[in-house]
Amino acid sequence: MLSKNVYIIGAGEAKYGELWDRSLRDIAVEAGLKAVEDAGIRTRDLGAIYMSNSLGGDISMQEHLSALMSDHAGIATEFIPSMRIEASTASGGAAIREGYLAIKSGEYDIVMVGGAEKMTELYGNENIDITSSILDREWEAFEGATPAALAALSARKYIKDFNIPKEILAKLSVNDHLNASLNENAHFRNKITVEQALKATMIAEPLNLMDCAPLSDGASSIILASEDYVRKNGVEGVKMLSSAMSQGPFALHSRECIYSVEPTKRAARKALEDAKTKPEDISFVEVHDSYNIYGLMALEDLGFAEKGKAGKLIEEGIGLNDKLPVNPSGGLKAKGFPYGATGVGQAVEAYLQLKGKANKRQIKNPTKAMIHNMAGSGVASVVHILGVE
Amino acid sequence: MGELSRMWRESPNRYRLLGKKCGNCGRKYFPAREICPVCHRDSIGKMSDFELSGNGEIFTYTIVHEAPPAFSRQKPYVLALIKLEDGPMITGQVVDVDPDEIEVGKKVRSVFRKIAQDGKSGIIFYGYKFTLA
Ligand SMILES: [Zn+2]
Repeated sequence: MLSKNVYIIGAGEAKYGELWDRSLRDIAVEAGLKAVEDAGIRTRDLGAIYMSNSLGGDISMQEHLSALMSDHAGIATEFIPSMRIEASTASGGAAIREGYLAIKSGEYDIVMVGGAEKMTELYGNENIDITSSILDREWEAFEGATPAALAALSARKYIKDFNIPKEILAKLSVNDHLNASLNENAHFRNKITVEQALKATMIAEPLNLMDCAPLSDGASSIILASEDYVRKNGVEGVKMLSSAMSQGPFALHSRECIYSVEPTKRAARKALEDAKTKPEDISFVEVHDSYNIYGLMALEDLGFAEKGKAGKLIEEGIGLNDKLPVNPSGGLKAKGFPYGATGVGQAVEAYLQLKGKANKRQIKNPTKAMIHNMAGSGVASVVHILGVE
Repeated sequence: MGELSRMWRESPNRYRLLGKKCGNCGRKYFPAREICPVCHRDSIGKMSDFELSGNGEIFTYTIVHEAPPAFSRQKPYVLALIKLEDGPMITGQVVDVDPDEIEVGKKVRSVFRKIAQDGKSGIIFYGYKFTLA
């Protein structure tokens, strides 16, 4: 039977950060089992497992993470189908969407969506070569482009065309660090000032270290359930109001505009339409700010500000008590950026906030959350809207 | 810089800035494509080779300070999006110039250069870069 609605009924997370003593399988299992525990289900109730991971093959030389995680969580004996979902840095959002569609189709009542990435196992600048595989290897990375360099190309043009001061970008990073200081699972717990953010080591001009999300290890997991399950068991989950994904041209040089991400605009439009909601009704948003310029662009493309005007929104306030709190989790800059885990981590934050379980960083009575997960420089975007009555 | 054969396969396109022209709408593409993203099936079998002039202007640029191993010796280097006069936009380095002289809108032309050296095999890759015109 088709399931009318899909709910998140549990969430779990392994701390993000530089976890030298922990392996990819350790953190994936920890997050998964925490989510199962939180949902109050048994592992044998799972219809399927969708595991998001972007670079495990290159970094840990480990593929098929879904099966490895399932086995080491002790549930291979349940013979549950599992697979890895990969869509670059949007793998997490894509995996959530696969889980959502599987329940909506009526095939399963409960599925697990996990995301895990181990980014810190590489030496020195070797990581730049590996992470550049999310770019067009032959026509971008081959010429010396890196993920940061592409973000910098967009940032330079944005700053010039809209004549905005660099402080505006820095303020998004400052906001991320402030929120992450209240998140015990965040990679960075330190607060930073705009002055510190502006003085950091240069990475790709005009972007410096404080404009760029770190490489983090981390794992996040959620449990999705059908309307039928939630009703029968009297569970109060967080409703998934909509799920949308869009993909456009791969290379930055192939795009109509380099500071507007068409897939973000399209996914947001569809997600808002399907959820019968407007940007004004969103209580808070998690944006994919792998580079703060991408966070600014997302605020515009998602419909919270006109093109070139995200700066004004940021100046008016994006803190936990402001009109539109941005990245209550600490965002990619400070909660951390374990590629494949990121999108699932955003859902974990939305779940905690909407259930009133976000402790010190709790937003007051939120009803609707938008989460935005993007691939690379804007190749694809996944937007989910979640809500509670 | 994995799979070396992949880089060699594309060599003629890199060395001569060889792209494609759509016989249906006339649009030019680089890198080469077998299907025009505007005309779709109407372009099948109508895409012909087109050699770009290599002249263009800087659309946006960055100075890269953190680079992968194959580019370590070149850093800091200027990476830009170049709007070619033939139409396509292309990603490439701008060389033989003081980074302070770089500006959006400046005219450039393509030159044939060493791009990078693979750390493990020592193999050198060649292709296009740009200099101020
Ligand atoms: Zn055409």
